[in-house]
Amino acid sequence: MTKYIIKRILLMIPTLFGVAVLIFFLMRVVPGDIVELRFAGESSGVSKETLQIERARLGLDKPLWKQFLTWMGGLVRFDFGTSMWTGAPISEEIKLRFALSLQVAIMSTIVAVILAIPLGVIAALRQDTWVDYAVRIFSIAGLATPSFWLGILFILVLLVFFKWLPPMVYTPFWVNPWQNILQLIWPALAVGYRYSAVATRMTRSAMLEVLREDYIRTARAKGLWQKLILTRHALKNAMLPVLTVVALEFAFLLGGLVVTEQVFNLNGLGLLFVESVAHRDYTLTQALVLLVAAAFIVVNFLVDLAYAWIDPRIRFR
Amino acid sequence: MTALLEVTNLVKHFEVGKGTVRAVEGVSFSIEKGETLGLVGESGCGKTTTGRCILQLERPTGGSILFEGRELTTMDQKELRAVRRKMQVIFQDPYSSLNPRMTVGQIIAEPLAVHGIVSGNAVRAARVKDLLSRVGLLPQHARRYPHEMSGGQRQRVGIARALAMEPSLIVCDEPVSALDVSIQAQIINLLEDLQAEFGLTYLFIAHDLAVVRHISDRVAVMYLGKIAEIADRKTIYDNPRHPYTKALLSAVPIPDPELEVQRERIVLGGEVPSPLNPPAGCVFHPRCPIAVERCKHEIPALRELTAGHGAACHLAETMIPTPERAGAFERSEARDRAGASPGARESK
Amino acid sequence: MATVETFVDASEAGASARWRSAILDFCRQRPLGAIGAGVVLVNLVLAVLANVISPYDPLATDYGAMLSAPSRAHWLGTDAFGRDVLTRIIYGSRTAMLVGFSCAFIGATLGAVIGVASAYFGGKVDLLIQRVMDIFLSFPLIILALAVVAMLGTGLSNVIAAITVPMIPRAALVARSSALAIREMPYVDAARAAGFRHGRIILRHMSPNVMAPYLIMLTAFLGQAILAEASLSFLGLGVSEPTPAWGLMLRGAAVQFAESAPWMAIFPGLAISLAVFAFNLFGDSLRDALDPRLRTQ
Repeated sequence: MTKYIIKRILLMIPTLFGVAVLIFFLMRVVPGDIVELRFAGESSGVSKETLQIERARLGLDKPLWKQFLTWMGGLVRFDFGTSMWTGAPISEEIKLRFALSLQVAIMSTIVAVILAIPLGVIAALRQDTWVDYAVRIFSIAGLATPSFWLGILFILVLLVFFKWLPPMVYTPFWVNPWQNILQLIWPALAVGYRYSAVATRMTRSAMLEVLREDYIRTARAKGLWQKLILTRHALKNAMLPVLTVVALEFAFLLGGLVVTEQVFNLNGLGLLFVESVAHRDYTLTQALVLLVAAAFIVVNFLVDLAYAWIDPRIRFR
Repeated sequence: MTALLEVTNLVKHFEVGKGTVRAVEGVSFSIEKGETLGLVGESGCGKTTTGRCILQLERPTGGSILFEGRELTTMDQKELRAVRRKMQVIFQDPYSSLNPRMTVGQIIAEPLAVHGIVSGNAVRAARVKDLLSRVGLLPQHARRYPHEMSGGQRQRVGIARALAMEPSLIVCDEPVSALDVSIQAQIINLLEDLQAEFGLTYLFIAHDLAVVRHISDRVAVMYLGKIAEIADRKTIYDNPRHPYTKALLSAVPIPDPELEVQRERIVLGGEVPSPLNPPAGCVFHPRCPIAVERCKHEIPALRELTAGHGAACHLAETMIPTPERAGAFERSEARDRAGASPGARESK
Repeated sequence: MATVETFVDASEAGASARWRSAILDFCRQRPLGAIGAGVVLVNLVLAVLANVISPYDPLATDYGAMLSAPSRAHWLGTDAFGRDVLTRIIYGSRTAMLVGFSCAFIGATLGAVIGVASAYFGGKVDLLIQRVMDIFLSFPLIILALAVVAMLGTGLSNVIAAITVPMIPRAALVARSSALAIREMPYVDAARAAGFRHGRIILRHMSPNVMAPYLIMLTAFLGQAILAEASLSFLGLGVSEPTPAWGLMLRGAAVQFAESAPWMAIFPGLAISLAVFAFNLFGDSLRDALDPRLRTQ
């Protein structure tokens, strides 16, 4: 087992490195000079000296490989450089917003799981009835509905029918849990719905597979109590693929956050990312993309580990 | 005269996670033009891998393969492409050896076009029709897709495809194993007719001794990556010198109930060892009924006992022909003519 | 050999008749998928005939009729500039279909070629391509698209490029796994033994046999591309005003107008959802129909 873990970690490192290299060069392959583009919007027109100063400040006058090494060196110390737009260190910007996005992410996951598992199970138990079709359409709709639109609809409904808007200012959970939840439940619902879509279908098919097993059929013949006990057992078995999906669809989550924070005016990492692209703040974009990719790779790695732990063939090698 | 194909010390190893699979360990033989060499053995003995190495579908780990006097193992892609026209292959599974997305006509015409054997659509279409009829199919089959034909018909298409390139050598990799017994006879007869008509040379790989006996001029028996015995077909049947060959032959049922009951059968103990971990010394010694101490340590070389008859056994000379085997070959041939076994000619 | 004659009639039917019966079978057995296909067709028709069908000019402003509710004059109301919402939705399908089909086709095809080639060559080449694809697959689609937008800037062609980039590795992954199975097939060996060039084997022998996964990928990509374009435009990083695009219309309809002009928010979102929903329905049914386990070969 430890051999497996080490092997997977070793595989992860070149991928992470490759990601860093890719991002670095993406940002440098920009047509046109970064600094010039950055100031392109300035009405007065900037002097050559200002451009040079800016370049030096950002370390853009050094050769490419040196820049890369500086950046990598900083990364190891969790120093992401400074934002071109605000001038503040990027780690600060991230720290400010990290808690909020993380919380929305967790809440969305909870929403997704609460939706997916019961729905998937019910659909499997009542296969091919109208309940099944309703659940399936509900989940396919989840894949099709943009989460930002759903967010807008929520606000619409809240405004029109309840004459109420969620709080605009962020209050951390430990300061005022009620306010906090009131604000963040809506984006969590919007993103969570989309996130649940694939998981619902996975739960359904996994449950169907398990239900087809012989021991379930004999239990059904034997009577109600056996059936209840064994359905729970079936559920446990079916959880494994669901777990995988929830973990792998994590990407949806990250994407969803990016788009939905805008709707609810949440000052999270997603919004930061969008603004960095809009302002052509390359250092910030670079750092955030790297963060996202790293999170994704690490999550995949943890899922692999969980799978390996559960699969006795690998565990007891 | 130089042989058409000369294989010397062919070695093929596959690296897998757990170790090295020694699929082919020093195989040597040669085939003359117009001859058919049968290559038999159990599953996993390396006969298919040998065929694939000759065709360069796998690059050999070692050894030399001379085709028409030219060394294949050192050729680059360009030279190989030119030589490939002369060496063709017929595969075992008729169901997966034809591209399901191409019609029969397209499958046969493709090599004609790529190698420029005939030019012009009309001429090509005519050639395709001609090839189809030579293998016993009708011109309208050209418009069919493989899944619309039976196994035997598909195998005929495979033969036509091989013929299209006008090769000198055809490697037949168990071409009839996947067919019904009655169809097997038809295809074997077809292959023999084509050989006579075009002067083809065959390397006929199979695990069924009865089939091999009928079509081969010489037979080589393989076991665990090595050749156990090689001789012309009469000698192999009448006077096998390797214990493995004897065991194989005794396992072939004789359609004469009285003889079948009376004859002595050699039953081999144990299982075929894994090619990942072949036994030391003679690879056959764990299962050999006559193994001695020497067999456990010393690898027997393929020695020539008489002209054209080689066996890889330390005790080959001690093998006396068993009385009932005398004349076994003639008896089999007689049975064939009477139409009693798979190699028999069926009236069309 | 009497058996030969009986086969003669079966394949005389011809390719077009085979297609027609396949489509009819599909509609009969999978009504949901057929409905999805129908909606897709409607979208396409709307996109192509936008200037013929629309009641108004999508760019024409009418400050007198700003933010008016759905009425006989404006079936779906007007937006903050007095532009007819219905017209802009019809023209919006142009943007959606254009981006959707371009990204899906280019992405799926490029990715498929890379995947099949990777499977064919095997060994070090395969390993290298896989690692590179892995790196690209470490990014969620939207995020990679946004990164490309950060690089290239906004605008229609940049959006198409931005969305196509993340699709290529995803397509390569799917194509590679199908192609790996095909590579072991004897007919590929036969082609190699016949001395055909690599390109011919990849294009003529391997690729046509990954048609089924390719088509399914294509339909999945179509839906995702439309959604991605809508998201980018909503964020203001896609196509820009005054181009009619569904996502863009939602951007203008955000919270400030939610109460006063809900129709601005409802209809464009509905259009997006319906289009993607239809593509997904069709793709699902197509996948079921092409499932090799259900086919009798």
